[in-house]
Amino acid sequence: MSLSKDQVQHIAMLARLRIGDDETADVVDKLSRIVEFVDQLQAAPTEGVLPMAHPLNQVQRLRADGVSERVERDLYQQNASAVEDGYYLVPKVIE
Amino acid sequence: MSMAAGELHALTLAELARGLEAGDYTSRELTEALLERVSAVGERLNAFITLTADEALAAADRADRHRAEGKSGPLTGLPIVHKDIFCTRGVRTTCGSRMLDNFVPPYDATVVERLAGAGAVSLGKTNMDEFAMGSSNETSYYGPVRNPWDLARSPGGSSGGSAAAVAARLVPAATGTDTGGSIRQPAALTGTVGLKPTYGRVSRHGMVAFASSLDQAGVITRSAEDAALLLGAMAGFDERDSTSVEEPVPDYRASLDEPLSGLRVGIVRQHFDAGLDEETGRRVREAIAVLEAQGASVREVDLPNLDLSVPTYYVVAPAECSSNMSRFDGVRFGHRAADADELLELYCNSRGEGFGAEVKRRILTGTYVLSAGYYDAYYLKAQKVRQLIADDFRKAFAEVDLIAGPTAPTPAFALGDKTDDPITMYLNDIYTIGANLAGLPGVSVPCGFADGLPVGLQLVGGHFAEETILRCAHQYQQLTDWHAECPEDFR
Amino acid sequence: MSAWEVVIGLEIHTQLATKSKIFSGAATAYGAEPNTQACLVDLGYPGVLPVLNAEVVRMAVRFGLAVGARIAPRSVFARKNYFYPDLPKGYQISQYELPIVAGGELAITDAEGKAKRIGITRAHLEEDAGKSVHEGFGEYSGIDLNRAGTPLLEIVSEPDLRSAQEAVAYMRKIHSIVRYLGISDGNMQEGSFRCDANVSVRPRGQQELGTRTELKNLNSFRFVERAINFEVERQIDLLEDGGSVVQETRLYDAERDETRSMRGKEEANDYRYFPDPDLLPVEIDESFVEAVRASLPELPDAKRARFVEQYGLKPADAEILTQSRALADYFEEAADAAGDPRLAANWITGELSGALNRDGLEISASRVDAAALALLLRRIADNTISGKIAKEVFDAMWQGEGDADAVIAQRGLKQITDTSAIDEIVAGVIAAHPEQVAEFRAGKEKILGFLVGQVMKESRGKANPGQVNESLRRKLAEE
Repeated sequence: MSLSKDQVQHIAMLARLRIGDDETADVVDKLSRIVEFVDQLQAAPTEGVLPMAHPLNQVQRLRADGVSERVERDLYQQNASAVEDGYYLVPKVIE
Repeated sequence: MSMAAGELHALTLAELARGLEAGDYTSRELTEALLERVSAVGERLNAFITLTADEALAAADRADRHRAEGKSGPLTGLPIVHKDIFCTRGVRTTCGSRMLDNFVPPYDATVVERLAGAGAVSLGKTNMDEFAMGSSNETSYYGPVRNPWDLARSPGGSSGGSAAAVAARLVPAATGTDTGGSIRQPAALTGTVGLKPTYGRVSRHGMVAFASSLDQAGVITRSAEDAALLLGAMAGFDERDSTSVEEPVPDYRASLDEPLSGLRVGIVRQHFDAGLDEETGRRVREAIAVLEAQGASVREVDLPNLDLSVPTYYVVAPAECSSNMSRFDGVRFGHRAADADELLELYCNSRGEGFGAEVKRRILTGTYVLSAGYYDAYYLKAQKVRQLIADDFRKAFAEVDLIAGPTAPTPAFALGDKTDDPITMYLNDIYTIGANLAGLPGVSVPCGFADGLPVGLQLVGGHFAEETILRCAHQYQQLTDWHAECPEDFR
Repeated sequence: MSAWEVVIGLEIHTQLATKSKIFSGAATAYGAEPNTQACLVDLGYPGVLPVLNAEVVRMAVRFGLAVGARIAPRSVFARKNYFYPDLPKGYQISQYELPIVAGGELAITDAEGKAKRIGITRAHLEEDAGKSVHEGFGEYSGIDLNRAGTPLLEIVSEPDLRSAQEAVAYMRKIHSIVRYLGISDGNMQEGSFRCDANVSVRPRGQQELGTRTELKNLNSFRFVERAINFEVERQIDLLEDGGSVVQETRLYDAERDETRSMRGKEEANDYRYFPDPDLLPVEIDESFVEAVRASLPELPDAKRARFVEQYGLKPADAEILTQSRALADYFEEAADAAGDPRLAANWITGELSGALNRDGLEISASRVDAAALALLLRRIADNTISGKIAKEVFDAMWQGEGDADAVIAQRGLKQITDTSAIDEIVAGVIAAHPEQVAEFRAGKEKILGFLVGQVMKESRGKANPGQVNESLRRKLAEE
């Protein structure tokens, strides 16, 4: 099943990925091939089969409530390009 | 020292451990020798992204001191390298991506912590397919890695740098990660041993996530014995990883010498079909015959849903990956686009610039299969087929102790060969993917050559059967010499 | 009766009062310096993983039991994927198909005073996002992720509410319950208790629901009421004019008392929910549930009924005293120590509340504790002081002058109960006011009040009023 350019652009928006005009055709083509490939799954006999939650059927462990993390804010913020007064900066979002 | 520096690189971890213990050389001497070798012959491979010479020498000195104080352990002073997907505190960790080109983690991955804690000396971070997405190490932002057996060929991926470094004897061992075969396949293509443990055996804390329910940390070495040694230090419950299992860690070396007679080996009918290169197939059958000669019994098993494993994987892995990659937006770390005046631009451009084509493709695929109207048909369906595949293995393991077969359908292919059609590349993982989907342990061992290029034999066991597959691999290595072969340019 | 029926559902997000976050060991305390309580897990750093806080599960179960809901033996965390600066991972860990609590109900009193049952669809666990600051950074917004990862319980009501009054009553009830259970401090100013309302209207009698809008930014009971009322009117006007309601999110503007469409927000998000592979299904067995059940405190409704029954309080007083567990506990302690529940109730709802409100204090910070109040009340009961003087004593106690006995002694406020002493003062007053005395004897009963007043004045309020009355009447009758 081939994907349309619009579909791909919509998905790219959902994923916040910029795809250049020169790339678009190639992306649409490759993505369509991948989708066609995985479409094989449709024929698989999965009546009454439960989707696998986890390969080992484990159950979630619970952690005791308590402050156990020492936050090294200044060290962490060295990895950010735009920080001021301890805040991370992003272009203003208008609400 | 009594052994010429020129030969140290040829030794395995086990041999080096004995040499260090005997005082034949110091950890410092060993580390220096390897660092020199890396700069002398390593360039051609492009196996490293970051070399940490100073830290390595400091760690080596510490190891020597501990040994002198009588405080040494099984890994003290032994050299390794880490795939650049493991966070290393204070040392750049890129995941082979422009997105993390300048990222310096403020913490160590559990794998890094445990190996360092056991005394291992890390020489640096190895090259890999970007964010572990690839089977040829051609998607790295830092350029492709070359196969030491033929520099025009791929070493496999995504742990290509780790495999090449070990195969070329730059280091005796390396860590890697395996989501669809990324340790085992490069091991097969480079004539090394590649071990992927059971899902949950080794902590994922600090291992940058690609596909969370499939990723597992493992090792690439030249012997099963070395793999056993490292696994023992890495494995075990970690409270920082909810998917980490509280299964006790045995001494994996203790059972290596138990004889193979009585071992029930399964071979999969569906493995030996049209997709498998003829010579490769022959090497694998010959290897299985060796096991049989030692008293293992061989019978055919059926994995009827095997050919659905690749499409299943390419729904589940991209889905999880698409969500895992969302944290890379340039705000708190990672590549940030310049000149973005508004938020949408910042996100789209940072991510568009930071990620390479394969990563973007997988994010898009994943987003698609999770999106409204498609979730049931793709993601939910794939998770059901995954259950079928896991059930196939479970049924097989009721009759056999391990499954033996080829690791990869062909030997190493030329760089640039498969980059046009993603599907061709994906089909490289046909034999390895099942173990990831079912969470099973698998190891690849060198079992010969096809047209002068290494071929790997894969052994897959039931959950937590690492001892079984390592024992089988180790015994096989007592009877054959394939793992001792070294690429001509790197002797 | 209006031609229109209003249909409202409330989604309440309450922060759970744990020490650490739902998926990490970072602190949750309010008011820290920006990003000093955002650890690597909260920041969504590469490679780190979530681990579930046990107390969060316990608190959710507590809530479920308190509203008679079903506790899911197996519940699953799911990722809700969308991009926003206050959401560092680009997804929120929440629960989708299998929430920890399902079903449930509680009773409210509607506008006519009748009891009404409101259904609760579900309650699920999720992590809170960080905060954005839009002022002070020029063309930028500043992101503080301290709040990211704070545990939230999202409580979703059935669309059973039919008016703003009912909505507020329901909200107050939930607010009271979560505070009673000790799972949340319910502080709306600090954002630990937040409410969104889904509002629609339909012609009365119609089964099908009308198009609904979602109202956000309702952080007080008053705002909820006003916002809903405004929105209902807006929708009715729109429909009566032949228009149609657009399904959208609207913000409540408290200053203008109106709801506004959130323009600039992009089209409906496709959240692409899927089970979070880093977390395993949460399994809760019978013994866990029973252990939590055994630790449940007495809930507001039961306590109110018991106060009426056990202490003989008026329902209205019982309602006030059970507003919070702390106040109810204070009352019981004071009532038991003083031996007079009704007196205690009067004083707590009266003087004490007045003092607390005036100084902006919660009962837990009261300057007069229950034992101290009880002592004061005993001194009224044993006639050491009159009720009126007791108010003076209370004020002095509030200012920190000491306990009731100390203040009474220091200020010499002991009631005069000695008959001869009172007779003496009375005699003096009678002698000093011959006119009024004559008037009384002439038949003007009311003038007694004046004379009583004079005696009280002479005695500086300390004479026992009952005895003053008796003494005056006796002495006036004598001559």
